[in-house]
Amino acid sequence: MSSTVPVRLNVNGVEHQLVVEPRLLLVHALRDNLGLTGTHVGCDTSNCGACTVHLDGRPVKSCTVLAVQADGVNVTTIEGMGTEDNLHPLQEAFWNDHGLQCGYCTPGMIMAAAGLLAENPNPTEEEVRHGLEGNLCRCTGYHNIVKAVLDAAKTKGAAVSQQPEVTA
Amino acid sequence: MSATNGATHVGKAMRRKEDPRLITGTGTYVDDMNLTGQLWAAWVRSPEAHAKIVSIDTSAAKARPGVHAVYTHADLDMEAGLPMAWVPPGVEVNTPDHWVLAKDAVKHVGDPVALVIGSDRYGVVDAIEDVIVEYESLPVVTDPEKALEAGSPLVHEQFGTNKVCEWSLGGGDLEAGFAAADVILERRVVNHRTAGAAIEPRAVLAEYRGGKLTVRSSTQVPHFLRLFLSALLGISEEKVRVIAPEVGGGFGSKLQIYAEEIGCAWASRKLGRPVKWVETRSEAMAVTHHGRDQIDYVKVGAKRDGTLTAWHTKIIADIGAYQMLLTPLIPPLSAFVMCGVYNTPAVVTDVISVHTNKFPTDAIRGAGRPEATHLIEVTMDQLADELGIDRLELRRKNFIPPFANGHETPIGVAYDSGNYVGALDKLLTHIDPAEVHREAEQLRGRGIYRGIGFSTYTEICGNAPSRAVGPSGFGLQGGGWESATVRVHASGSVTLYTGTSPHGQGHETGFAQIVADRLGIDPAQVEVIHGDTDTGPFGLDTYGSRSLAVGGEAAARAAKKVADKAKAIVAHHLEADPADIELRDGKFIVRGSPDKGMVLGEVAGAAYVPENLPEGMEPGLDEQSFYDPENFVFPFGAHACVVDVDAETGKISIVRYVAVDDCGPAINPLLIDGQVHGGITHGIGQALFERVHYNEDGQLVTGTFVDYALPTAAELPSYETDRTETPSPVNTLGVKGVGEAGTIAASPTVTNAVIDALRPLGVTYIDMPLSPMRVWEAINEAQKGGVPA
Repeated sequence: MSSTVPVRLNVNGVEHQLVVEPRLLLVHALRDNLGLTGTHVGCDTSNCGACTVHLDGRPVKSCTVLAVQADGVNVTTIEGMGTEDNLHPLQEAFWNDHGLQCGYCTPGMIMAAAGLLAENPNPTEEEVRHGLEGNLCRCTGYHNIVKAVLDAAKTKGAAVSQQPEVTA
Repeated sequence: MSATNGATHVGKAMRRKEDPRLITGTGTYVDDMNLTGQLWAAWVRSPEAHAKIVSIDTSAAKARPGVHAVYTHADLDMEAGLPMAWVPPGVEVNTPDHWVLAKDAVKHVGDPVALVIGSDRYGVVDAIEDVIVEYESLPVVTDPEKALEAGSPLVHEQFGTNKVCEWSLGGGDLEAGFAAADVILERRVVNHRTAGAAIEPRAVLAEYRGGKLTVRSSTQVPHFLRLFLSALLGISEEKVRVIAPEVGGGFGSKLQIYAEEIGCAWASRKLGRPVKWVETRSEAMAVTHHGRDQIDYVKVGAKRDGTLTAWHTKIIADIGAYQMLLTPLIPPLSAFVMCGVYNTPAVVTDVISVHTNKFPTDAIRGAGRPEATHLIEVTMDQLADELGIDRLELRRKNFIPPFANGHETPIGVAYDSGNYVGALDKLLTHIDPAEVHREAEQLRGRGIYRGIGFSTYTEICGNAPSRAVGPSGFGLQGGGWESATVRVHASGSVTLYTGTSPHGQGHETGFAQIVADRLGIDPAQVEVIHGDTDTGPFGLDTYGSRSLAVGGEAAARAAKKVADKAKAIVAHHLEADPADIELRDGKFIVRGSPDKGMVLGEVAGAAYVPENLPEGMEPGLDEQSFYDPENFVFPFGAHACVVDVDAETGKISIVRYVAVDDCGPAINPLLIDGQVHGGITHGIGQALFERVHYNEDGQLVTGTFVDYALPTAAELPSYETDRTETPSPVNTLGVKGVGEAGTIAASPTVTNAVIDALRPLGVTYIDMPLSPMRVWEAINEAQKGGVPA
């Protein structure tokens, strides 16, 4: 597998030029090549959603996307959502509502929730539950995750549908 | 008087100290770390459930560019295989060797045959395809009851049987109990195999450098792992460091010493390079230990009025092909709580463990207690039906009355405290069964069958009083204590080192609350360090809902030692009697003179610049506690679930789930609710969706999350939780444990609800998992019997 191809990834507002094996998964490009380890791998079959990132603003499971497929696409990962000093309203809500325990599914869950709220800014509980169907959590029983997403939706100026402003 | 002079942080729903790093993606799990010179490992695994290894050809794999080594059993210079830690006095346990790489034969699908080490994450996966293994298939057995029959294929020829061991626990006169019974009920209840299914798969990064081995592993038990790495690899203990960094869930499945941990460490030493391995989900399903898998035969005697007279259980436990760390003692844990919350005078449990060609079982959330509670609570409903008594009346009739300080059950287990009727009464303030049945009447016309189920449970946790579980007691080759070091820094902030090793529970927050209250500081000033064998005291890690009741108590005791020394220093400085010093509003003061006093930072200054300490006192403010509990702790509670069953499709919807749990006084109610929510979901998962399924050939049918159905948000309701608080007399915090309680209570609650829903259709019992097909079949079977719809 020595053949490689160039890929241009715009991740969290920063442009990266990579040369990768064509089979390299986007999640491994993000984690291993760019050091963005907030995106996790949980299942390899796109069931668990721990690897969810946004491609051009839409949530996608990055374990079933090749890095070359993301060529020229704007990628947003959990690192692009907010920092400890400047949390995204969803991050704040997950913290306030105890919407995480081991934290492994959390980045993907937040990215999926952001995608959900972008499409439906005022979801019902049932809509949140169905909207997060593609993301598995083994710790929380989803109770507080659902609560966090509903609370974030109520946050004034949550801007959950916005791509974050990134200062490189 | 409490050491805190009034808690200010304990009891509060403080949001977690752990979370900022986790919600921003900056937490560090094993796969997030890479080391200079690092190589990758991949394992060649058996596709056969039982076969002789005829030959292994590694030449093509070794010839691949980037491959550094390919190892088979012949290369291993280890004298022993994976450990098993249970040697029960007076019981023979057939324990086969369990090598890091299979020797001569494979015993289950996924048994590792060769280890490939190479320079590239993808390249080693390519290379394992080039290892050619020739197998000669052997007969397979996957049914534990057939495995006990004469003439069954043998998993391990040398024992001449598939029976691993027989073990019993009981008390009271069973024969007299059955003789006194008006009704004897017998049932066969299957508690099927499940997986822990932590969302983070296992991962290992082993680094042997300069004579020292450092292993980062996604484990619940870094201290255990260090002991066994030291023993198996012959490296002196102080030269082995195990780090469990951020661990993405465990649920018991990472309470283990795995071949991949030992193998990567061994290969790192062999090659002088760091070696990393990250489990795929398919590997996780096949070779991370499973749980449950019991067939239970229960025989219960009762008087016509419902009074229980005798309870006998025979457990046939399918433990798979090998015994891992705690494998054969998990089914016996069922026996410890087989009295449940009831005053049954005679209770006996016989456990028969059996080898089959499957991966081993071991502790999965609840570990033996969910199986027991499922059996007890489902059987109580069956008995109520048989006697024509209300299910809750039957339970009330037999409840052990409230007790605050010890209740000895006939099997010799002494419960710490309990108020089972109190929990049930509180539950019924939230949900009215009569109302649910009225709703059920209305829904029936639409083909929807609504039912309500209950369970009232207790369990055993807070592992463990060393004398009870140790070599001459239950037979565990270890103790049950826990350690904590409270180190006050010169500026007055604190680091707590705990021997427990969390993986999502929130120790950094809860333990900080406990310590902060005892030292008059804010929890934000208490850093909790865990999961690194080089930084903290020796500890016994996190499993079995033990951390708070044992490790939290150790932290409280270490903090009290610090507070006692602080009081002596303050008394010396203020020329008062140490007995008159108290902690109030963050200040050590002389009782009655609140304006005279010192805060912790001032005390630390005095302790580290020791110009003026009491005569004979050593400098420093740094104390340790090793706490060995006098008894286990016994959380309890009452749960209810309302389900709707679509009789046409067999589909089950959970309408409500209401839980009242008692784990003693709350340290942090937010964390308790979180544990209960997750625990309930694990139990619901087993009841409705999850099943590790091997076919008759020993092939794993549920090898991915496509086939192994974890519950999603869409299938669950929001939960309604409440608590009663009955302090445990065992520890000064009064706490019990709550990590497993929800799981233990939930599966019978859901199962009883479904059976209740389907009674009008003539269905009286269904084994889990209650899949739509199974429910639909049960309805159709019952309808054939002529029961009117």
